[in-house]
Amino acid sequence: MNVEFINPFLSATISVIKTMCFTDVKPGKPFLKKDQASCGDVSGIVGITGPPNGSMSLTFSKDSIVQIVANMFGESFQEVNDDIKDAVGELSNMISGTARNELGNKGYAFKTSIPTVVSGPGHEIRHMCKAPTIAIPFSTTAGAFVVEISFEG
Amino acid sequence: MKPEINMNMKVLVVDDFATMRKIVRNILKQIGFTNIVEADDGAHAMEVIKEDKIDFVVTDWNMPNMTGLELLKNIRATEKAKDTPVLMVTAEGLADNVVDAVKAGVDNYIVKPFTAETVQAKIEQIFAKRAKA
Repeated sequence: MNVEFINPFLSATISVIKTMCFTDVKPGKPFLKKDQASCGDVSGIVGITGPPNGSMSLTFSKDSIVQIVANMFGESFQEVNDDIKDAVGELSNMISGTARNELGNKGYAFKTSIPTVVSGPGHEIRHMCKAPTIAIPFSTTAGAFVVEISFEG
Repeated sequence: MKPEINMNMKVLVVDDFATMRKIVRNILKQIGFTNIVEADDGAHAMEVIKEDKIDFVVTDWNMPNMTGLELLKNIRATEKAKDTPVLMVTAEGLADNVVDAVKAGVDNYIVKPFTAETVQAKIEQIFAKRAKA
């Protein structure tokens, strides 16, 4: 996978969560992820059509997403309900869109799909291609979340 | 000078994600708009526009059934709605997309992520320009 793709997703995540959810996030060190097990309780997945083809996922712990959405709406949430799942879908949409715009400026003509959201303990994330998956961990004061990207080539 | 905007005008917010409808609705309320209705895609929005009197449309771009761009073209092709101001809220900040939206007659557009101040500024630009026209 072209490592040039990592930074646009990293900066898009920081920008979207800060601007739309009024939440500061701190990126950790990206790592290679070798299985499909999710690193949290709820995930949004977006297919990306290139070339190269790929996908992005966004997986939140319950504690992190409940706080992030509470910050976004100014109201409190206790569980991963339909409002939270919808918000995960829209955040996935915005982060992939923002990263895509930056990659577009570098000459990559990507299209993104409408996000799907999966939740529950032990849920799996199936990326669109069999290429290695790069995971970027993020921390917030309320908990952790992970952005994964996988591109062929 | 800031344009005078009728805060009682009926605003239609179109997005397939309830989250974004809620964010936009909250910002519109914060600006002072009091009469806000919603639709979850372009096709539903056209039904609302044909049945009701909508004064201002704020629409997402990327939606199933009918995209924001198709909705915009439909609005401009519908006699009773053809002059309705349309603000597009989009993750599609690419130049080609902006050109397509401008060609189709969009009044203004916002690229996600955005702040409440950006939304207010874009709306004021729309109504200032319309007041001069």
